[in-house]
Amino acid sequence: MNKNCLLCGVGGQGVVLASKLIAYAAMEKGMFVRTSETIGMAQRGGSVVSHVRMGEEIHSPMIPAGSADVLLAFEPAEAVRNLSYLRRGKKEGIVIVNRKAVQPVTATLGNGGYDSKEMLSYLKEYVKNLYVVDGEAICQRAGSAKTLNVALLGAAAAANGLGLDIKDIECEIERRVKPQYREMNLLALSLGAKAL
Amino acid sequence: MAGQLLMGNEAVGLGAIHAGVKLVSGYPGTPSTEILETVAKNNEQGRIHVEWSVNEKAALEVAAGASYAGARTMVTMKQVGLNVASDPLMSLAYVGVKGGMVIVAADDPGPISSQTEQDTRHFGEFSKLPVFDPASPEEAYEMVQDAFTYSEKYQTPVLLRPTTRVCHGCAAVTVREEGCLEAGGRKTEGFVKDTNRWVIFPRLSYQNHKKIEARNEALSHEFSSYRFNWIEGAPNVEGEKGVRRGVAAGGISYAYVKESLSGDILLLRVGTPHPFPEDLALEFLKNLDEVLVLEELDPVIERALLQIAGKHHLAVRIRGKLTHDTANAGENSVESVRGDLESFAPETVRKEVREAAFQTEDFKRDAPPLPVRPPVLCAGCPHRASFYAVKQAAKGRKAVFSGDIGCYTLGNAAPLDMVDTCLCMGADVTVAQGLHIIEGDALNFAFIGDSTFFASGITGIINAVYNQTDMILVVLDNSTTAMTGHQPHPGTGRTMMGEVVAKVSIEKVLEGIGVGRIVKADPLKLESAIQAVRQVLDERGVRAVIFKSPCIALEKPKTCYQVNEKTCVSCRQCIRELGCPAIVAYDGRISIEPSLCYGCGVCGEICKFGAIQEVDHE
Repeated sequence: MNKNCLLCGVGGQGVVLASKLIAYAAMEKGMFVRTSETIGMAQRGGSVVSHVRMGEEIHSPMIPAGSADVLLAFEPAEAVRNLSYLRRGKKEGIVIVNRKAVQPVTATLGNGGYDSKEMLSYLKEYVKNLYVVDGEAICQRAGSAKTLNVALLGAAAAANGLGLDIKDIECEIERRVKPQYREMNLLALSLGAKAL
Repeated sequence: MAGQLLMGNEAVGLGAIHAGVKLVSGYPGTPSTEILETVAKNNEQGRIHVEWSVNEKAALEVAAGASYAGARTMVTMKQVGLNVASDPLMSLAYVGVKGGMVIVAADDPGPISSQTEQDTRHFGEFSKLPVFDPASPEEAYEMVQDAFTYSEKYQTPVLLRPTTRVCHGCAAVTVREEGCLEAGGRKTEGFVKDTNRWVIFPRLSYQNHKKIEARNEALSHEFSSYRFNWIEGAPNVEGEKGVRRGVAAGGISYAYVKESLSGDILLLRVGTPHPFPEDLALEFLKNLDEVLVLEELDPVIERALLQIAGKHHLAVRIRGKLTHDTANAGENSVESVRGDLESFAPETVRKEVREAAFQTEDFKRDAPPLPVRPPVLCAGCPHRASFYAVKQAAKGRKAVFSGDIGCYTLGNAAPLDMVDTCLCMGADVTVAQGLHIIEGDALNFAFIGDSTFFASGITGIINAVYNQTDMILVVLDNSTTAMTGHQPHPGTGRTMMGEVVAKVSIEKVLEGIGVGRIVKADPLKLESAIQAVRQVLDERGVRAVIFKSPCIALEKPKTCYQVNEKTCVSCRQCIRELGCPAIVAYDGRISIEPSLCYGCGVCGEICKFGAIQEVDHE
């Protein structure tokens, strides 16, 4: 059985690192993995998408439309942007979205910002399995804005979206995160898991 | 564990190491950069010479010399880099090599971060060199090793052509380290003098041309049984007339076909688009009435199949880009390939893939408008200050701003709007000259980054000095190759072998060329930066302003700026003129996002009300 996980956000939010943690944890469980990431010019301030595919028979590094079991959105507008990846029908996928909006620099320039409430209510209307997470509050408790990615991973694992346990991700944090950042990430992970 | 999680580029780098490569050279360029970096990272005891060369031409020529001496070499670049290296490439194809040589040119369908959607497979045909085209990181790992074997067997450089989704996709790859030592221990014979081999003369070229044509014919046969060219499935037969259908694909498009296909169709997979595996293609075509070709960029496989069908008088219809059955520009995806298959042979599309895509249709209804997120210069980027300083100095004057390739191309965006032309590496300097020759009453500025200066700026500057052009060269020296991920270059004094070497001074190079007027300034000290530009504005000849300030990614922010709510009158001048992503406005109030601010202080310098002040970071 394949599991498809789409992570999306804005450059600098830690999307790529989160996708790596999922991929490593899945490989640790003996699964075959393919991922695809945004690298280069789009990284700073641009929309960033990471595809993680785990299972047996996977060909494309990108998730086909309507096939994501979980959409992990670091930002409400990016969740809406990537919604066509979400699996529909009987086995509808889950959407985990961070509440706080990241306004694009063009919004400040007078092209108008966007209303995150509008995005969230759109998500509520169209998505059956929606979890809105207050990532900002978790990051404050964990002590760093950089733990948002791990907090959202905790929420996704708790919602059974990844096919991985919290423990699997804990192991990868122990293994791959620098010692001085380990504690805060483990805390963010457990707070994220409890946030649902 | 099921192999290692490797990016396609890492797989190519490790594959080359495991094939015993002795020298790797290249020039950074998305999506190819991580290949050479992987070799450098895994270069135990410095056994391999790894270098960022000044440009792709130099990289290829350095590698050619090493290959003449019998060493295995790899050269890495992006597709437009191969244009720069095409001079040595075309000739080297005639001369050949002794040690195996793999030239990796990464294509960028989309394009995602390139000037062109050019197709390196054409370069294979044009230069008559073999081309390997992997569909995944696993294949890239295997293919680069095969490429060395073929290169040595036929004493010719070969091309490896991955595309962005292969380069930047990751997969669990099984690597074989045991072969590594053996390959690494290969003895290189050294250079053996032979003017009939290493000195290109018309007579030698004529003789070698004949040999190359014969070799490519032989290779076409050999490639028909190569492990990454194959036929799978059985013809899909439809209707009363029994139309027999098949699909041909190469590169990442093959993966998209496999993802969408139920399996009930004959499928030709092409891993070596040049020389085309004709025997295999003939076997594929002779059982079919219609073929759909799925490939990115140009119709290379499609044309080859048409040619073979014509040559052998086969009554088979080849459909693809030339027949407008598939898109002739942009990237393919599972969705585009599924759509193409849907129109060609709907019954072959996997049911769950089709349903999954259709079920998401309702998301498109009533979706709120989404914010656009164009890439921007980082908060604190010294380029912003440099552009701003020039803009202020040239205010009210007729001026044209020629830009170049790098982060600073982003200076074209509002509100800076400081890049009027951008063509290719180094062209800022020379395009500015042409513009000025025709319209002499304008001030012509040419903006060039430090890495681009060394790569291809210098010859253009000599041209300007020699031909007496009036222009202002603005060197944006941020002490790194920022756009592609901070690679060192001749001005940084660091090499990919970890050595600290003498820095090549841009100022001294300009002096040596004969640029009469050179001023230097720190762009973050805005007032003196504007003055520096003003000083040279009305002089004649080639004038240069060197703006030196390191890329913010190289240094941790030391301080941070804050808006004083009491003195800020919300005039929005800082937002309107700088476009810094750290300055935000909510409900009419201006503030600076502390997590983004790098403390460059430029906003503080331009605020007429003194409302932006320095504070301690964190």
